[in-house]
Amino acid sequence: MKTLTGISRGLSCAASAVLLFCGLADLAIGQSWKPTKTVEFIVPAGTGGGADQMARLADAIIKKHKLMAGNMVVINKGGGAGAEGFLDVKNAKGDPHKIIITLSNLFTTPLATGVPFNWRDLTPVAMLALDQFVLWVNAESPYRNAKEYIEAAKKAGPGKFKMAGTGARQEDQIITVALEKQGSIKFTYVPFKGGGEVAVQLVGKHVDSTVNNPIEAVAHWRSGKLRPLCVFDNERLVYKNKVTDKQSWNDIPTCKEAGVDMDYLMLRGVFTVPGAPPSAITFYIDLFNKVRATPEWKEFMAQGAFNQTFMTGDAYQAWVAKEELRHLRLMKEAGFLAPGGK
Amino acid sequence: MAEINALMHGFAIALTPFNLMLMFIGIVLGVLIGVLPGLGGANGVAILLPLTFTMPPTSAIIMLSCIYWGALFGGATTSILFNIPGEPWSVATTFDGYPLAQKGRAGAALTAAFTSSFVGAFVAVVLITFLSPVIASFALEFGPAEFFAVYFLTFCAFVGTSSGNAMKTIASMMLGFALAAVGLDTVTGQLRLTFGFTSILQGFDFLIAVIGLFGIGEILLTLEEGLEFKGVRARLDTRVVLDTWKELPRYWATSIRSAAIGCFMGIVPGGATPASFMSYGVAMRLSPDRGKFGTGVVEGVVAPETAAHAAGTAALLPMLTLGVPGSPTAAVLLGGLLIWGLQPGPLLFVEKPDFVWGLIASMYLGNVVGLIVVLTTVPLFAAILRIPFAIIAPIIMVVCAIGAYTVHSSMLDVYLMVIFGVIGYIFRKLDYPLAPLVLALVLGDRAEASFRQSMLLSQGEMSIFFSNVLVGSLTGLGLILLFWPLLSLLRRRLAR
Amino acid sequence: MEADKDRSAAKRGTLEWITAVVMFLLGVLVMVDSVRVGIRWAEDGPQAGYFPFYIGLLLCLSSLWNLAKNFLGKTVAQKSFVGRGALKLILAMLVPTIVYVVLIGWIGFYLSSILYIGFFMIWLGKYSWTRSAAVSGAVIVCTYLMFEIWFRVPLPKGPVENLLGLA
Repeated sequence: MKTLTGISRGLSCAASAVLLFCGLADLAIGQSWKPTKTVEFIVPAGTGGGADQMARLADAIIKKHKLMAGNMVVINKGGGAGAEGFLDVKNAKGDPHKIIITLSNLFTTPLATGVPFNWRDLTPVAMLALDQFVLWVNAESPYRNAKEYIEAAKKAGPGKFKMAGTGARQEDQIITVALEKQGSIKFTYVPFKGGGEVAVQLVGKHVDSTVNNPIEAVAHWRSGKLRPLCVFDNERLVYKNKVTDKQSWNDIPTCKEAGVDMDYLMLRGVFTVPGAPPSAITFYIDLFNKVRATPEWKEFMAQGAFNQTFMTGDAYQAWVAKEELRHLRLMKEAGFLAPGGK
Repeated sequence: MAEINALMHGFAIALTPFNLMLMFIGIVLGVLIGVLPGLGGANGVAILLPLTFTMPPTSAIIMLSCIYWGALFGGATTSILFNIPGEPWSVATTFDGYPLAQKGRAGAALTAAFTSSFVGAFVAVVLITFLSPVIASFALEFGPAEFFAVYFLTFCAFVGTSSGNAMKTIASMMLGFALAAVGLDTVTGQLRLTFGFTSILQGFDFLIAVIGLFGIGEILLTLEEGLEFKGVRARLDTRVVLDTWKELPRYWATSIRSAAIGCFMGIVPGGATPASFMSYGVAMRLSPDRGKFGTGVVEGVVAPETAAHAAGTAALLPMLTLGVPGSPTAAVLLGGLLIWGLQPGPLLFVEKPDFVWGLIASMYLGNVVGLIVVLTTVPLFAAILRIPFAIIAPIIMVVCAIGAYTVHSSMLDVYLMVIFGVIGYIFRKLDYPLAPLVLALVLGDRAEASFRQSMLLSQGEMSIFFSNVLVGSLTGLGLILLFWPLLSLLRRRLAR
Repeated sequence: MEADKDRSAAKRGTLEWITAVVMFLLGVLVMVDSVRVGIRWAEDGPQAGYFPFYIGLLLCLSSLWNLAKNFLGKTVAQKSFVGRGALKLILAMLVPTIVYVVLIGWIGFYLSSILYIGFFMIWLGKYSWTRSAAVSGAVIVCTYLMFEIWFRVPLPKGPVENLLGLA
């Protein structure tokens, strides 16, 4: 058995080498690709954040269930709002032993900083999930719903209400600006380094609200310190199991129901290097399909109230292209574009 | 006492042969990680995380947290032997640890460092055991203004201690601030001081600067005297441990102060690195041997190590109760908790008491095991100094190169490390102090970010730094320490 | 002491002014880029370049002071910065190290480390070829096992590792 797999691995190795030499990568369709060295799973953010957790969980699941022959390592390259990681993958052209998990900084970082990369420089593999955003306030504040909160912010005057979020000119601030536009109000946006820190600032009443992801704030919600007002999506969250004594994720109204027409979902997708052969992409899609089927993954999805849409191929590309345009529009409106950047 | 019962229950969970074995493995691995610069505790924890999936969560977290203790212990080793901090929080340990080793007292310095680490951790664990609910709510008091006040206090505690040319101190510190500012501005999301080079947009990493400035700079300086390390005649017998222990009780006041500073900084969470600097600064100001600090006094090793380990341990509390990691390593542990389906938060203590108390009990046990392990390595490590220079020097350089490379997996960092080495050598020869540079580099961007967050919150009002008792007293204390030299001068004048 | 018998290779004053000028220029560089991102104190606090600008300014001013002091106080400036013998020793370490880190980028970490440690032991330590090869080989094997296998930290690799299939 061992020698057999060894031989077949050697063969596929030789085959891919030949193909690479000929530059006939498209012929590889139907041929199977397998990693011949350690696969680097790049996280374009620091340790402990949402993308990092997801990547590490996927890595752990792959190891636990032995879903992939060969090795995988998770590497954090979060410098320059993720630019470090994206540039690393962009520069590894043709060597598909590198994959990267995305946050919204796939779109926002090049727009806000002018660092030269774009999702088209990478090869899309699959959308793993979409991360939700919820408007949170401190449980001791009097606001029962989004409408009341926005009315109060309007009454207090521009800049009086403080919104904390992760990073500057990234998803949290984009949502804040969109919310301001919808409610014709003005928040003071205070950027922090990580989502956990943001949630604690709200619990400690240093700010008035946050737009944390569910997983970042759920522990404080359960202990009765925070109150969710609305979720930035067109439909309610699907998870109906009780999270607190009284409420489930499904009980949080959408912001649309509360009269704020705003939806925003963050891509948790996987990309690989430019010029990756289709057989490698098929390999990774297959791999992540297996990951998604495990109970550990399903549990994680439920815990973080993720939107479990899975997309590959053209559908995924089209979705990303649409999102790119949307981010360009949102960031232009907010005045977040880098001077000289496109 | 409910806590005592819970703790005993915790011991019952933690004290199985299997768990003890895991503790031992964890500590050894951790020490290794701590000793090798560049391999942070985060590496070890992250890489072993998958291995721990086959065991129950409590056993897994015991093993992982032991790696963390091990790394805290081990960081001091290379600081003392080669002036190369294995971890950021052992930079302050080099100030007196390395001179001690040069005097031939490497064994004493290592023993003092490890023992102090243990004391610091022990105090922090006791605090966690009995006061966790109170402490957790205290951490909530900390907003941006309070964080800035803490960083400000760290600066003030440390800066006044450097003697020598004031203008060179300022130049050196400003260079550190400037390096810290390179990269992405956290508040506006703009790139600063990168001049269009994408390779430096992640900024200058503290560890690379430190390996270069301290480690390589020191090797070059040593070379002037010939091809050997000083302190080769270090004593190697195990008696050195007992002899040092006899000396340590003398510094009880420093230990208590440093443990208090460490616990405070860990809970806040300000981090182990600022804690070690602050503690060193405070110890120096209050010590009767003020003038001897920096020339190799045991007290100068006790202070930073006690504080760093206390902070490192206490940092696990905000992680468990609030989900805010106090360090990158704690962040990876946090990721582990979530993967095991354990949600950090106030309810963790209620819903998973077995897990929490098992972990707390393992903190006691892990540190005892850790102390035994590291103390037995003292003669071993001190023996490294006896290896001939022509063999050990290139090996150190290789290890430094690995350390620099692994920070961002980037070759540029390795080149930078060599450049920093030359700068370190020149600065040392020209009496530019290095410590202010390093402190500015490690705290600069954090201090700036929290200052600007405070300004956003207060809409530009400086009065936010005196807006409540907590922040006011922190800022006030900082100001007093900053003007201490001036004040003592004034007092002497008045007395005359 | 040492400097008496070791002829001076560079005066301290020379190094002082070079350092001060370089630091001054760095300060200017910092200030210029800070102006680009904005150095004002806006109504919601300082802009991105506010602190860096003053950091640059202080760097410039303190360097100017150090420069002036160097030219006014002659006594220190005339002292030896480094003796010729000492400089030779330092270069004997520094030059191979620079070659080493450049080599890592070309031929990978492992091969260059073997060469570096081996060279050092043979040239400076006067050890035999066999001993040097044994030590450098052992160190590299340990490193490989520890980093690549155990901690799974990939180190830079070159053509040789690719040939051996270790990459």
